[in-house]
Amino acid sequence: MSTAAAFVYLSAEALRAALESAIPGCQVTVVPNGSPSAQHSLVLDHAHAVEVALYLRDHADYRLDYCSDVAGVDWLDAERKETVKVTKTVETPEGPAEQQVDETRTTLIPGYLEAVYHLYSVEKKHGPVVLRLRTTDRAANTRVPSLTPIWRSAEFQEREAFDLYGIVFDGHPDLRRILMWDNFTDHPMRKDYVPPSEEEEGA
Amino acid sequence: MDDHALAPQQLKDLKVELSKNGVFTTTLEELYNWGRRSSVWPLTFGLACCAIEMIATTMARYDLARFGAEVFRPSPRQADLIIVSGTVTKKMAPQVVRLYNQMPEPKYVIAMGACAISGGPFRDGYNVLKGIDRYIPVDVHIPGCPPRPEALIHAFMTLQKKIDAQSLRGSDRPRHLQSGAPSEFPVPAFGEHGLEPTLNADVFPPQAESPFKVLP
Repeated sequence: MSTAAAFVYLSAEALRAALESAIPGCQVTVVPNGSPSAQHSLVLDHAHAVEVALYLRDHADYRLDYCSDVAGVDWLDAERKETVKVTKTVETPEGPAEQQVDETRTTLIPGYLEAVYHLYSVEKKHGPVVLRLRTTDRAANTRVPSLTPIWRSAEFQEREAFDLYGIVFDGHPDLRRILMWDNFTDHPMRKDYVPPSEEEEGA
Repeated sequence: MDDHALAPQQLKDLKVELSKNGVFTTTLEELYNWGRRSSVWPLTFGLACCAIEMIATTMARYDLARFGAEVFRPSPRQADLIIVSGTVTKKMAPQVVRLYNQMPEPKYVIAMGACAISGGPFRDGYNVLKGIDRYIPVDVHIPGCPPRPEALIHAFMTLQKKIDAQSLRGSDRPRHLQSGAPSEFPVPAFGEHGLEPTLNADVFPPQAESPFKVLP
């Protein structure tokens, strides 16, 4: 029973409401997860991310003292096509008339990089709470605030996301590449990364 | 004198006949090759899952000691053979070449398993070298993922046959007896997109004949 209660307690909507009332000005967006696991996640704004993280770690109700995982995600530019019914004036043999016409609208969703944090509470035995930090775009503005000052376990994993995705974590104490060598310039886990071809490396 | 010279087969028969009568004959070449092939000491060096099979090969069940190769040396200065057992990542490749360079001649290389030969299942990865024979000359390639201990033993026996067949004179003499042949190979550097250079044209692609010309 207590676990079921904990899951309700940590529901993304309840968390969003609690955070927005506790931290003035913070913007939290819920990203629903349609799969059976229903692990909805929270997108944080950069300005309040550290404050929110500190609140989740230290507040007596949450005590999310364990950051198990930091993952990088690369979201390319995407086009969303939707068909909408539009009322238009159409020329007909009987003269102009209003008609319902199907129209396809294409919206461009600009790409961005994302760092996903999975939090648990060892003390309260609940979790996970999933936090997301998104960069402005994939090229020039790839900065997000680092949560390493809140959870030390994020240190190496943020370095890995920096190395392989190119996400720059502001406030990280030691942001260097961790897997590839220092003068490597690419970010191999990005979706548009092309590894050296057989020809380039010699057949 | 040439009229009285014995054909190779006759010479062999004569040696067998003599040994039956308690007279042991040999040549310097045979003795030298026998010594080399019977005490090939590998480097204590493993890279991935193939190394587990290599370790199994040395233990009692497969017993690499039967081939004189039970003494794994933890220093390249004392090793005759480097078994490249596993995936060579681009970050590890310079260290492998450096270890090989630090071994004294005569020295041999066994590329063990699909990864060491070609990169194996990770060939298309950004971080995996497409075969160690791009940087150092490999004597025996063993396929398999990983190869069983029997396959490694077979590679050992192949290497021993190769050593046995080497003659100390002539154009096909081993590399360490050729004054101009290198015993060290360039160590690749970490570049902005990968290793530089991507291969050593002196050793890759591997050739059946020694790629080194004999100096007069």
